[in-house]
Amino acid sequence: MMNRLHPALRRILPQLITLVVVLGCNVLVFPDFFKIEMANGRLYGSIIDILNRGAPVALLAIGMTLVIATKGIDLSVGAVMAICGAVAAAAVAGGSDVATAVVLALCAGIACGLWNGFLVAVLNIQPIVATLILMVAGRGVAQLITEGVILTFTNEGLIFLGSGSLMALPMPFLIWLGFGVLTAILVRKTALGLLIEAVGINLRASTLSGVRGNVLIVAVYAISGLCAATAGIIVAADIKGADANNAGLWLELDAILAVVIGGTSLLGGRFTLAGSLIGAMIIQSINTGILLSGFPPEFNLIIKAFIILVILIIQSPIVQSVLFAMRMPPDLSNDDAEPVEGGSARDRDASVQKEGMAP
Amino acid sequence: MLLQGKNITKSFPGALALDAVDFNLLPGEVHALLGENGAGKSTLVKCLTGAYRRDSGAIFLDNQPINPRSTLEAQDLGIGTVYQEVNLLPNLTVAENLFLGRQPRRLGLVSTRRMNAGAREILSGYGLKIDVSRELSSYSIAIQQIIAIARAVDLSGKVLILDEPTASLDATEVQMLFSIIRRLRDDGLGIIFISHFLDQVFEICDALTVLRNGRLVGTSKLADTSRLKLVNMMLGRSLEEEIHKEKDRTASVDPVQLQFKNFGRSGHIKAFDLDIRKREIVGVAGLLGSGRTEMAELLFGAVGHDSGEALAEGKPLRLTSPRAAVAQGFAFCPEDRKRDGIVADLSVRENIILALQGQRGWLRALSKSEQTAIADGYIARLDIRTPDCEKPVGQLSGGNQQKVILARWLATNPRFLILDEPTRGIDVGAHAEIIRFIEALCDEGMSLLVISSELEELVDYSQRVIVLRDRAHVAELTGDAITTSNIIRAIASDDHEDKVLA
Repeated sequence: MMNRLHPALRRILPQLITLVVVLGCNVLVFPDFFKIEMANGRLYGSIIDILNRGAPVALLAIGMTLVIATKGIDLSVGAVMAICGAVAAAAVAGGSDVATAVVLALCAGIACGLWNGFLVAVLNIQPIVATLILMVAGRGVAQLITEGVILTFTNEGLIFLGSGSLMALPMPFLIWLGFGVLTAILVRKTALGLLIEAVGINLRASTLSGVRGNVLIVAVYAISGLCAATAGIIVAADIKGADANNAGLWLELDAILAVVIGGTSLLGGRFTLAGSLIGAMIIQSINTGILLSGFPPEFNLIIKAFIILVILIIQSPIVQSVLFAMRMPPDLSNDDAEPVEGGSARDRDASVQKEGMAP
Repeated sequence: MLLQGKNITKSFPGALALDAVDFNLLPGEVHALLGENGAGKSTLVKCLTGAYRRDSGAIFLDNQPINPRSTLEAQDLGIGTVYQEVNLLPNLTVAENLFLGRQPRRLGLVSTRRMNAGAREILSGYGLKIDVSRELSSYSIAIQQIIAIARAVDLSGKVLILDEPTASLDATEVQMLFSIIRRLRDDGLGIIFISHFLDQVFEICDALTVLRNGRLVGTSKLADTSRLKLVNMMLGRSLEEEIHKEKDRTASVDPVQLQFKNFGRSGHIKAFDLDIRKREIVGVAGLLGSGRTEMAELLFGAVGHDSGEALAEGKPLRLTSPRAAVAQGFAFCPEDRKRDGIVADLSVRENIILALQGQRGWLRALSKSEQTAIADGYIARLDIRTPDCEKPVGQLSGGNQQKVILARWLATNPRFLILDEPTRGIDVGAHAEIIRFIEALCDEGMSLLVISSELEELVDYSQRVIVLRDRAHVAELTGDAITTSNIIRAIASDDHEDKVLA
């Protein structure tokens, strides 16, 4: 059955199943979960809420996927969100129009990304340490911009990006979806995706093959900064103010989690943007589900951690191979659905046999 | 007899690393342990120091049987080891490094004052007057090396094993180290000296033991051993054996394609002149550590040159990075395939088109069908054994991985191909195929530079052979002068001025 699916779809099938299961659990705790209503020219409902509220993590996960594919990590995205939200708020508060404010904020995000990329690619600092610097310093920078207060604004255009709607759908959802599609086209229709994967798997070999590894590494951090800036604008627009202390707080960890749940290895290499976006929606579904279920809020983080632990255990290679062995008698096993460990050992045997038979 | 190993045998899954090797070390002797890569030098040392458990055989120290189970135990018995990469803690002070694990205490607390005084006393025995309260990393590698020796001698005091101690030292630092080694020898220590630099072996050692493929080739006093005999022992040939070219590969009459003038980098390889003609195979021979790979990396721009220039048809070339070199039509199959060659998790197809795609830039992507066509073409042409072009390259055998990397470069249509040990670690069948291919490429008009330790191979296909020793060109052989024995003689010769032997 699995063979008939498109390879890209087959790759993210476990993530899709997980999402369906999580949504199913939400129905159990909140029967009206799938109900969608139309009011004031836009759709309302829990599903729409998940797509809307999940925007910041989804945007961060897009950039984080590319960074992780190069064997890096970007811890600074939460702080970059705060900086860029503050830049946008300060710009409109200073009288700029919304376009100028957005461009300034996006430029600030790219600048942050270039800084991270410079530390990682040029100075060869380990990514986790390099981006930790901006993670810590970034909130300070944001506080300097907002001068220590929550910088509120009333610019309708900017607020529209956070809480407006287009074609009955909330803007944040349209923004992350558009961003995701554009990035997917950028990396898969050009050679960028392949080169990023090559650099993530073996930087030395790629550089010796004439690939500009360091330029690519700087570029993915810049893209991550751009994604964080967009997320920061949305969060600020949503609350009509820039909160330097709380905007994007701990979201870098949710973004990393979304990438990991999405099926991209922290060791770099092969990546899937669609998987990461589904991962972000899984996380948001859990958040929304816990909220709807009426559990006391103090349990939220523990329940969330527990659910994620279960997801990761099910995805672990050991459990996967056990599940696979249970599902299929050995003589019926097919190549493509087999987990990597088992597959490689048997493939090797097969190729040895083939070599042995050749003249 | 200070340290004696008898019939030491050690096997790893699928390989016999040491086969009944005997080793004898006298007190007051510097004993060289020699052999090419994989000969079993480090396995023997690890068996002697307890890092590995030997399968069989016996070890005697001062004629008492010993059985160290760890390097620490060997250290307590009197056998200390200093590795090429200094295995001390760079962020501790010199004194702390010397006394680590045995700091002098006063009322239960470490007495820094007494420790520093002790450290100064130890180091003054080595003629080293340095501030022992500074961090180890603030001193040069040579000083760190001496501190490591001082610690090992202080802890052990009978046998000192030096594993490539001079690899990262310059000439004056080597002399400083040697004067210390000589003094320790005169004090009665037995010293095992592992090095690839034959000049240094002949300068400092009293005796030598040569291993090859896990077997003992011979032990002798240095005074009884000529350089020629030693190189023959290491490479495993008899002096009479002589291999001439079978094919008629007369020197190329094609125009000079590339010129390297006074090309070099200090500390890497001495500046050399090299002309490469179109349709020419230039072989490079030399022992391990002679600068073969360094030369290849320099030519390809993986390491920048600090002297000289490269010219193609009279026009200067910019060779500042592999990318720049690729743009000039250079290609390089590295020696360490796993580390520098393959991108293991990517498919055969993606590995084959990687250099071509890198050359085109990320915007001009090759479509999937173009990629598959290129990959399938080379899979057929090079006879790469893979079920299909989507298999991850890491799952292929070594010979097929080598062919994939070759295909990666052929896809860029290079004019100059550098092959570093193209046949290392691959099976006999693929070996012959790759050599046939090297010759076919040359006939098609490509210029090749092939580095290899398989001398018959080099003699067979090279029109010229360059011999390297101690990171410098020492000889160039052409025509009928290309024989294995001439190459060995050039490697072994002591005279740096003998440019042409023929």
